[in-house]
Amino acid sequence: MTIELEQHIDPKLISILEKVSDPEIPVLSIMDMGVVRSAEMIDNIAQVKITPTYSGCPAMDVIGDDIIKAFDNANIKAEVSLVLSPAWTTDWITPKGRKALEDYGIAAPLEEDADKEALLGNKRIVKCTNCGSSNTKLVSQFGSTACKALFKCEDCLEPFDYFKCLK
Amino acid sequence: MKNENLIQYIYGIADNVLILGQRLSELCGHGPNLETDIACTNIALDLLGQTRSYYQYAAQLSGEGKTEDDIAFLRNERQYKNVLLVEQPNRHFGYVITRQFLFDAFHLLLLEELQNSKDDTLVAIAKKGIKEVSYHQRFSSDWIKRLGDGTQESHKKVQEALDDLWRFTNELFLMTEDDKIALENGVGVNVLTLQEKYNQRIKEVLDEATLTIPETKYFQKGGKQGIHSEHMGYLLSDLQYMQRTYPNMKW
Ligand SMILES: [Zn+2]
Repeated sequence: MTIELEQHIDPKLISILEKVSDPEIPVLSIMDMGVVRSAEMIDNIAQVKITPTYSGCPAMDVIGDDIIKAFDNANIKAEVSLVLSPAWTTDWITPKGRKALEDYGIAAPLEEDADKEALLGNKRIVKCTNCGSSNTKLVSQFGSTACKALFKCEDCLEPFDYFKCLK
Repeated sequence: MKNENLIQYIYGIADNVLILGQRLSELCGHGPNLETDIACTNIALDLLGQTRSYYQYAAQLSGEGKTEDDIAFLRNERQYKNVLLVEQPNRHFGYVITRQFLFDAFHLLLLEELQNSKDDTLVAIAKKGIKEVSYHQRFSSDWIKRLGDGTQESHKKVQEALDDLWRFTNELFLMTEDDKIALENGVGVNVLTLQEKYNQRIKEVLDEATLTIPETKYFQKGGKQGIHSEHMGYLLSDLQYMQRTYPNMKW
């Protein structure tokens, strides 16, 4: 099964899912990341469907294991499967998630047009997460993980990651 | 459409992605500088991730308890359907970028068409892949321009790479029997129709990079039929080493 059109999550399961975080960005829960597509109890088993941010995202296996552990701690058996469609977009990161990213030192994704200008036009619009300056420069379109680009602040001179817009 | 034909069709797409991903992975820790090293390995990761989606689907279609790993690690050279272009070795950074650029342009066009397939799983994989491959194409095109329109030395090296690799591009647009069956069934892409757009896109970037497409009389082919260049065996011995040496081992 690779397709899950509508997101539907049993409200009773949310508190458990919120305990699971992205292993590469520990401040961000998988709920705020928007990777949980559905979660429901079927025959006493929590069926959770998650979608990868990027196809090769190595975090997905860990996230799957962590979900099973989190449910296990709540004495619920869980099964996790992967769905590919519709493809994940950065629009699914919640406002709370965006704030968590910024606090962690990762600039949250800009809108599509602005993102292009920042990554292609070398326009200085990505705000430094350390000092807030927009006088920042793209160092590399690919950062420490596939979802991020590497920037440098020309005012405080700190390097920082920018979460690329994906639509 | 018979499962067997669909599986072969999937190999025809996915093997390109796996083998190029493997080539790029070889650069891990060997890139010319940290940023390009990370970029190449990130692209490799995207490609290997896409490969997993294709192979998981093929494994499911074949039944027989097969897994994605069996498909990646336990086939013989003749059973890989990738084009010759992607198996060419990493000679130098300009060569790597040229190979990438020549494949990315094709890859994006292919996935854009695959979105219209009647097969929902292939559509899902294509839609996901397009987002990633757009970044790849952006990266390789930027570097082609930087190297082509760079120093005399970088221009010379990347033009030589293009002169060498161009003869492998025609194979991208050849239809195999399985391609034809997939097309007839509304599942596959007619790659013949992509060549014009491909040449256009390539020329646009090369013009800006002050590079020229070489005059090539003899194009190389064979990969799609499983007849590979001498580099493929070495690549596979690296790729398959663990599973061949320690059968059924797991991480
Ligand atoms: Zn700063």
